[in-house]
Amino acid sequence: MGTYNLLWSIAKRNVTTVLLGITISDRCVNIISVTGESMHPTFTAADRVLQGDFVLAERRCLEKYEFSHGDVILFKCPSNHKELFVKRLIALPGEWVQLPGSPKVTKIPEGHCWVEGDNAARSLDSRSFGPIPLGLVQGRVTHIIWPPSKIGQVERKMPEGRISQI
Amino acid sequence: MSGFFRRLAGIPWRSIAGDAFSRALLVAQAYCAVHVVDQHLCSLAFVRGPSMLPAINLAGDVLAVDRVSARLGRVENGDVVLMISPEDPRKVVAKRVLGMEGDSVTYLVDPGNSDASKTVVVPQGHVWVQGDNIYASKDSRQFGAVPYGLITGKIFCRVSSVIFFAS
Repeated sequence: MGTYNLLWSIAKRNVTTVLLGITISDRCVNIISVTGESMHPTFTAADRVLQGDFVLAERRCLEKYEFSHGDVILFKCPSNHKELFVKRLIALPGEWVQLPGSPKVTKIPEGHCWVEGDNAARSLDSRSFGPIPLGLVQGRVTHIIWPPSKIGQVERKMPEGRISQI
Repeated sequence: MSGFFRRLAGIPWRSIAGDAFSRALLVAQAYCAVHVVDQHLCSLAFVRGPSMLPAINLAGDVLAVDRVSARLGRVENGDVVLMISPEDPRKVVAKRVLGMEGDSVTYLVDPGNSDASKTVVVPQGHVWVQGDNIYASKDSRQFGAVPYGLITGKIFCRVSSVIFFAS
């Protein structure tokens, strides 16, 4: 009888912890490991989950969907909903973006945004799949928490002369 | 004066604090449980508008939403789904899936005025959605195929008609 009660209380505590963890990671903040080389040098190029940088992705921005230019955001890949990408937000709805190396200028439709990786040569981003709907965004990356040499805030950076407001 | 302080010291502060803390924990646990069930298992949604007539009423219907199937990728042609609008991420809309990735969809470009139709192939990872009421619906015919990642749930039951039936 004593053993049964112990197991029940351990089970209850674990379920509570799991529920609390899921709620916090849905509402407040999530910890993500960034792999791939598209955001070098902001995030270390890495192949495996344990070698990548661990970052903090905040979810409070999803209540109003108000983003700024140069934010690093986490979003679902438009051609595969199970994959998450981390890229920098370059242009917001209603702005005009010029593709590098071509005279073509694209207008970002309502509710969409233009994302690009910092490492332009090795990045699969809006230059290939076009503007993405803001509904795919899953969070904004604010801090790097591992490795210790890179701990700090992720800065907002914008490439020069790529977008136009009018 | 000292009587007041003596009474103050006599109040069982520690047990009151203990009670308050356990009540607050209970409220937090209930909130977390409701959040997890609503976002990840099953939820209710109030949907209104003309775009899904006659399936969904103009004045609104309460619908039961299944969140598990959408996350597992088990959405098929003919399902009514709840998705984040590609034109405004703060809006959630209900539409019917008419084409999965790779399907060839033929649709009427302007159903009220002409018979012209167009055929498109749905790209990888996307779905083609249309409202049942094609005369009053803003859907993939206007904004193109939408990425599957925008789908938040699959509608499987109308709760409001069950309530009316029971009473």
